Amino acid sequence: MSNPQQLRYSKEHEWLSGAEDGVSTVGITEHAANALGDVVFVQLPEVGDTVTAGETCGELESTKSVSDLYSPVSGEVTEVNEDVVSDPALVNSAPFEGGWLFKVRVAEEPADLLSADEYTAFSAG
Amino acid sequence: MSSTPIRHTALDALHRSLGATMTDFAGWDMPLRYGSERDEHNAVRERAGLFDLSHMGEITVSGPEAAALLNHALVGNLASVGVGRARYTMICQEDGGILDDLIVYRLDDTEFMVVANASNAQVVLDALVERSAGFDAEVRDDRDAYALIAVQGPRSPGILASLTDADLDGLKYYAGLPGTVAGVPALIARTGYTGEDGFELFVKPEHAVELWQALTKAGEGVGLVPCGLSCRDTLRLEAGMPLYGHELSTSLTPFDAGLGRVVKFDKEGDFVGREALTEAASRSLENPPRVLVGLVAEGRRVPRAGYAVVAEGRVIGEVTSGAPSPTLGRPIAMAYVDAAHAAPGTPGVGVDIRGSHEPYEVVALPFHKRRK
Repeated sequence: MSNPQQLRYSKEHEWLSGAEDGVSTVGITEHAANALGDVVFVQLPEVGDTVTAGETCGELESTKSVSDLYSPVSGEVTEVNEDVVSDPALVNSAPFEGGWLFKVRVAEEPADLLSADEYTAFSAG
Repeated sequence: MSSTPIRHTALDALHRSLGATMTDFAGWDMPLRYGSERDEHNAVRERAGLFDLSHMGEITVSGPEAAALLNHALVGNLASVGVGRARYTMICQEDGGILDDLIVYRLDDTEFMVVANASNAQVVLDALVERSAGFDAEVRDDRDAYALIAVQGPRSPGILASLTDADLDGLKYYAGLPGTVAGVPALIARTGYTGEDGFELFVKPEHAVELWQALTKAGEGVGLVPCGLSCRDTLRLEAGMPLYGHELSTSLTPFDAGLGRVVKFDKEGDFVGREALTEAASRSLENPPRVLVGLVAEGRRVPRAGYAVVAEGRVIGEVTSGAPSPTLGRPIAMAYVDAAHAAPGTPGVGVDIRGSHEPYEVVALPFHKRRK
């Protein structure tokens, strides 16, 4: 699998897009989606919620387990992906595209986000 | 903890070449899934699936008093099983607690094959050896003598028929006969753990790859796919079949688990656990403890083993197994609940899912019955 070069990554296996008008998109990586197996339920933060980098802001349920969703940045949620709420399988089929989770107006970014190459090495290890 | 190295089945390299996600299961490195576990589940319900179950523990019991030994060691009446037939049964402690649930195949008048769960195989072997004292019978550890490949699902009879001359039409559910499949000697059993028609093939480990490949080829045209343990778990859960360590344990008797019918008090001779089980049988009639029920979610959050079942603000039971059901499209669970809340349709029952009480409907098991 290849991790898109234009994204940055957290060690909790979320990705973060570059900001457009200060707003970035968040999702989980293909590596994380594969490890979860078929995702059957997604609980996302609500529009207007404040999320904090490294803290839980939702959950993902798969056949075998439930996992916390961590925000890779701090800021205010501006949009959530309703398509993924009604069809959680999008997380598996298109984790970097149609399976995105929420958008956030970034207030603060942690210093330790990884590049695509760094994340590829991290998730292989 | 044991420091035994993890064990690999004879099909290990093949699973890896198929891109399986592997998992440690009872000390064995087993395929969890090859692709989507939901697709694998649906393939078994609608077409056919191929499983490596070589982790299961085979124990051969043979000799003039093999049947008498099993009647003493197990709760069932194995002496009444005809040659070529199989029986679902249990082995219990003296106090009635369940050590394991088993399938026992009668291969001959004086030879039986006991199939134990991988996690309990050593315990079962040790108990059988201990209980064999004084019987003219031999208990043999045959765990390494067999690979076990299952083909399950409505298309499985056709797939198998294309590879064997054995009389599959004459092979009833819970029967087993020796035969040849794809040129490989096999014990062909019509058993499974999926709630569908299907077969389990016990073969020598050196023949496992050849048989797997022949079945894969024979099933190509009808949508057979390799299946991992993840979908095996959701298939058995939908079929309402218990799993040791979840619905069954040493702290429960077969009567507590709603499976008192496997205990045969009318057989000849004494058996381990008779006294305690006699008491457990009358207790389950007069003062039933918790009852095993099915739960179907009204929402989409998934109950997991160990979650509390609640009603009227208090805990009335505990989930033993839970998963999203591909067939029902909703989360389901098996749970032990207080008898007062066990009737199907009992209102106000929920599951505490990480602090939030989610509404659940109490239903009779199983969730899914095979189409005849």
